[in-house]
Amino acid sequence: MRALTWHGKHDVRVDTVPDPEIINPRDAIIKITSTAICGSDLHLYDGYIPTMKAGDILGHEFMGEVVETGAKSTLKKGQRVVVPFVIACGSCYFCGKHQYSACDNSNPADNQDISEELWGHPAAGLFGYSHMTGGYAGGQAEYVRVPFSDVGPIVIPDGIDDEKVLFLSDILPTGWMAAENADIEPGDTVAVWGCGPVGLFAIQSAFLMGAQRVIAIDHFPNRLALARQMGAEVLNYEDTKIYEALMELTGGIGPDAVIDAVGLESHGLFADNVLDQIKATAFLGTERPHVLRQAIVACRKGGRVSVPGVYGGFVDKFPMGAFMEKGLTMKSGQTHVQHYLPGLLNAILEEKIDTTFLISHRMALEDAPHGYDIFKNQQNDVTKVVLKPGLAKAA
Amino acid sequence: MIDQADAAEPGARDDAPRGTTRKAEPDSEQQQRGESALTARTITINRKPDEVYAFWRDFSNLAGVMENIEAITVRDDRTSHWVVNAPGGRTVEWDAIVTEDEPGRLIAWQSAEGADVSNSGRVAFRDAGERGTFVTATLAYDPPAGVVGKLVAKLFQKEPGIQQRRDLRRIKQFLETGEIATSSPPNPAPKA
Repeated sequence: MRALTWHGKHDVRVDTVPDPEIINPRDAIIKITSTAICGSDLHLYDGYIPTMKAGDILGHEFMGEVVETGAKSTLKKGQRVVVPFVIACGSCYFCGKHQYSACDNSNPADNQDISEELWGHPAAGLFGYSHMTGGYAGGQAEYVRVPFSDVGPIVIPDGIDDEKVLFLSDILPTGWMAAENADIEPGDTVAVWGCGPVGLFAIQSAFLMGAQRVIAIDHFPNRLALARQMGAEVLNYEDTKIYEALMELTGGIGPDAVIDAVGLESHGLFADNVLDQIKATAFLGTERPHVLRQAIVACRKGGRVSVPGVYGGFVDKFPMGAFMEKGLTMKSGQTHVQHYLPGLLNAILEEKIDTTFLISHRMALEDAPHGYDIFKNQQNDVTKVVLKPGLAKAA
Repeated sequence: MIDQADAAEPGARDDAPRGTTRKAEPDSEQQQRGESALTARTITINRKPDEVYAFWRDFSNLAGVMENIEAITVRDDRTSHWVVNAPGGRTVEWDAIVTEDEPGRLIAWQSAEGADVSNSGRVAFRDAGERGTFVTATLAYDPPAGVVGKLVAKLFQKEPGIQQRRDLRRIKQFLETGEIATSSPPNPAPKA
């Protein structure tokens, strides 16, 4: 089959690779119909995530048609499914509590060592996202093997376009959980840093959860315009002093909840050694941890801090004093996608949530390297790239 | 009753589990037998103690979930024969004799005379309520002298405890999910 493979920094290629096979009884094979490039894929693209190997197939936002099932899969051939980016067994203590991204069993035993040593406990398996989260082949391909297919994939009714439901795989539930982690109460003012897909969906979700005002912070005019269309007030940090503006907008109180939808990962601060390396090269990593610090300092006393942005290593100068003295609460985590799927699919089917506005570019899987290039280098205009294995390569 | 007068004696030990001390392990049965290296590790398995015990007690089940096991042959209720892959394409073998057996609670075994590697182990199963069972595996072994001994030492000591914790994870995966998670293709093909 054809698949988008990683070969090093800014070097991704569409290669011919072996087709996936059923290995375990609960596996299924999916023929991909639509798959998206995620902002977090760019951090693989930029070469900042350790434990990648040349030839790894990328992609963790995908959907398609079931073409093969293991003996214990509950899926049926021909069903259309969206697959969560988090792989979860459904049987461990954490899955039992619907904390699917804390699954104990989906990461192969040998691959668990790295995260256990780095973070104290092993991480769950993820599709197409390095070997420390399992080394699973991703979905930017014609076919993908889906482990524990009786737990993750959600069946999509006939007649619903791929583009209406594709983002159930990651960014929609991630934006939703970001808002849920902010414990929003009716009448709240919520500030969201980062108007990429997760930030925009967090804004949408915050309003649905009863926020009275959302203040969105970014520097790309097009992304801020999208946030404004959703009803957010917008601040461009290149033009505006963010803390001062937030205080003026909230009568000096500060936002009731703050959401860091930026994270640190894009600068590759994945471990202390990488941090040291970046510090040594002109402090390239200082801008984005700045978001978390600024959010904590701006948050009102007794307020909530939600962190959907991805962090992997250590944060310098964490404002622990502000966090403690103001009595803040912080929640974070990789998304428990499986927990949110039924409710969010219903919201889409009932037309309470629409995510199709986000898609700016559609292209063939064969053109994926171009998709990575423009998603990285033209962020103002390229808000989301959807790859279609069925499309012919552009001339 | 909390009583300040009941103060700790100088040198009193804390409640730390075996294998977590910074100091030398206290005299153990293994040390009394002359065995040296000791690893201990606890994992929680989301199944009842009786079920985890029953799986473990049939040693032939372990060959399918542990790495580096060539074969485990159960000879009778108390005796099993283990063939384990060692570095350099060699294997080491021994008969394991069950020395303690408390259904649902404990299994202990010791290698018989003539073992390539003298070893002993015990696995304790403790009810952890809604979380399942705390499984604590303690292994002790005494690598023999000579070439085989060096190979065995390499096998067991290169990464102390890592083999054990990976095996425990695989047993947990199998008991909780019915399969062992893998991302490796069954027959890796050469890259195109």
